[in-house]
Order: sequence, then C-alpha cells, then structure tokens
Amino acid sequence: MTYSMKSRSLVSINDYSKEEILHIIQLAAEFEATPHPGLLDGKVIATLFYEPSTRTRLSFESAINKLGGRIVGFTDSSSSSVTKGESLKDTIKTVSNYSDLIVIRHPLEGSALYASEMATVPVVNAGDGANQHPTQTLLDLYSIQKTQGTLEDLNIFLVGDLKYGRTVHSLLMAMSHFNTTFNFISPKELQMPEEYKMHLDTLGLKYYEHLDFTDIVSRADIVYMTRVQRERFSDPMDYEKVKNVYVLRNHMLQNTKPNMRILHPLPRVNEIHTDVDQNEKAYYFTQALNGVYTRQAIIASILGLKS
Amino acid sequence: MEKRKQLSVSAIKNGTVIDHIPAKHLFKVISILGLETFDHQITFGTNFESHKLGLKAIIKVADKYFSEDDVNRIALVAPVAKLNIIKDYEVVEKYALKVPKEISGIVKCVNPQCITNHEKVTTKFVIIMKPEVALKCHYCEKITDQEQMEIQ
Repeated sequence: MTYSMKSRSLVSINDYSKEEILHIIQLAAEFEATPHPGLLDGKVIATLFYEPSTRTRLSFESAINKLGGRIVGFTDSSSSSVTKGESLKDTIKTVSNYSDLIVIRHPLEGSALYASEMATVPVVNAGDGANQHPTQTLLDLYSIQKTQGTLEDLNIFLVGDLKYGRTVHSLLMAMSHFNTTFNFISPKELQMPEEYKMHLDTLGLKYYEHLDFTDIVSRADIVYMTRVQRERFSDPMDYEKVKNVYVLRNHMLQNTKPNMRILHPLPRVNEIHTDVDQNEKAYYFTQALNGVYTRQAIIASILGLKS
Repeated sequence: MEKRKQLSVSAIKNGTVIDHIPAKHLFKVISILGLETFDHQITFGTNFESHKLGLKAIIKVADKYFSEDDVNRIALVAPVAKLNIIKDYEVVEKYALKVPKEISGIVKCVNPQCITNHEKVTTKFVIIMKPEVALKCHYCEKITDQEQMEIQ
C-alpha cells in the first residue's frame, strides 16, 4: 500500500485515516528499534513556538536532532518578530523560504490550519490553543499499541476533565477506528460533550459514564488521566467538592488487569499520587519518550524519507 | 383588505421584494446584503404581524435583481424568507431561499480565541443544521449559532 502523507500538513488527527495512523505507529516502532542518524541530513525544520511548551518543543527538537536535521525557530513569541507586530501570515510566508517543514505551536485556535494554508512547505501542528494537538494523540496511540500489542477491542477509561480536554477528544476520535469500549469518569460539570457521544453512537461503539472511580476500573486496559483544573468551575465550592475524587492512588490499582497501563499527557499536578509512580502500571514517563519516536515517524513520512 | 396589506409598504415598479424576514433580524439582513451602500430606492417595513414568524419585516429594492449566491446568504438569519421578482408591478417569479453549504466572510466567529478574530483572515464556515442554521468555523471548529451571529 502507498501512503500519501508526503508533503501533507498534519493539523488535526482527523487528517489521517485509520491506515495512515497505523502506518505512523509502525514507523515509530521502526525508529525505536533502529536509529536513523543521517535521515534528515541537509534538512532544516522550523520550530515556531508562539507560547512556551517545554515538553513538546524538546520532544520535537530531540526527534529532529537524533535524525541529523537542523533546527531554526524561536521558543516563545517575545524572541520573534511578533513583538514588532508581524502577522502570522507574514512570518509563515517568510519561514517557508528557510525550511523544509514547519512545526508550529500557537495559543490561538485555528492558527495551525491557517498557517498550513499560507505556507509553501508542510506544517505540523504542535498545539493550537484548546483545539488540536495531533502528535500527542499519535504518541498516545503508539503507547497503547506498545503496551497492549494491539489497538483493537480495548476498554479505555478517560478520567478527569472530559469537557475541555483536547487530548481526550482527539484520543476518542482516533480510537473510534478500533472498536474501542469507552468509560468516562468525570464530575458532572466536565462530562464528555454530546457531539463526541453522538459520534460513538453513530459508529455503534459502547460507552459508559461514571461520576467516580469504582471497582469498574478493574476492567480497564488503559486508564487515561487528565487534570481537573480549578478555573473550569464557575463556583469554587464545586471544585473543592470534586478535587480529590479524581485522584489515582496506588491502592486503587490492586484488582486491575495485569496488562493495564496508566497514561497521562503531562504535566501532572496531583491527579496521580506519586505513590503510583513506582507501580509497573505507571506508563506516563515512557509515554513521553514514545513521543520522540512518533514525531520522528511523522516528520520522516511527511518529508517522504520513509515509506 | 388584501390590497391594503400589500400597500403598507409602497409598491415598486421593478425590482426585488424580500418577504418573511424575522423582524428581529431585519438589520442583519440589511448588512448581509450590503444595502447600506446601495443607491437604489429601498423601502423597509418591519413589525408586521405574521402567522409564521410572529413579527416579520419586508424589504423592497427598486431596479435590483440579486444573484442567487448573494441572496442565499441571508438564509443564515432568515431561512424562511421569500423572494419576489417584480416587473411592471407584477410578481413574475417567487422563490424560497436555499441554505448554502459553506460561507466565507460576512459573519464573525464567536470564539474570541479563534485566529480569525486576531489576524486579517477571511472567516469561513461550514453550515450545519442543529436543527436551526448554525456555523462551524473552518479554522477553530467552534460553532456560532444564530443568536450569536455578528455580521462583520
């Protein structure tokens, strides 16, 4: 099969078909098994970070460096021409001349799609505000595949802020290709939006909603934790009521399945107690490492260096 | 009686009559069609009683025939509006609006964090029915519903 990711921007996880997602995951495994130090020789990748995001930026830069590529760009907008009032369009048009691919992180929603329309080279979205962050989703999928040996027929628990959390929305969309059963655990105020439940209904996929952790977690293959943020609640009392309900502790893992793994997009605050870190089911730090291989796979396939 | 009702906004010899506009959206329709820049004779009437709409408005533009694309854009706020083409005081053609699939410009995205509200980007929406007309932003994917529509 031939894949058409070459020269195509990656703005949203919905830009990739099931086959293309599987292809990236397979390629990520190949990069993990075999380093390709000279693959990006002579290539220049622009990393334009309009807001600081240390983890995502270092992950991309590590991926590029390990493949021998060169990086140009900036790490926050105060060190760029934005301070002189340059528009995103003008920056993108200019940077297109200097690079083979642009990685962009921007606080405004839709900025990455707009950048991809203005650029003459492919654009990879490294997060546009609360909207999309597709490389995070692909590394989540690679982590699930690695720990479970498959993406098909799994039982996935999404926990915490399911209303505003972009990572859980994109993960749901991507996993809906694979006959997943979903369990949503969240406070009432932060439940999964209707549009996503409707999407699952249309596909005939099962999902269950819960207000707290119960023994049901013993059925999980993956528990995906997210932060419940204080600023999401209009009434501070509501936050106080729920803030400790969605905290995962080591003793809660006793009856869980042996293959179960805990994922978290990081940064963690208190939603996973540090006593979980030593448990072999805690996978969130390895998950971050998987991000490097996944981003290598994405960049290499967009530049047409790996098929 | 019927005749008196017709004449509550004066008749035109040639041109277009747009009827069945919800009264509260009259000024949005005026903006969408850009009537403020026209030098044709235009008559507006509003707050007429209507069985369907409660209160309706009507616009008569003398010597002007709109293209279908132009006029369909008002379906965003007045989906049941009817167009009457007038020639020599007679209605020669009468048609309903078609809601377009996509729309560029005209409306502002409701999301303050959308790129289109910060850069000079022409807005672009896919029109969805939920069940009333609503707009899904091509860029930020957020939905602007009829009540939130602000004409640019």
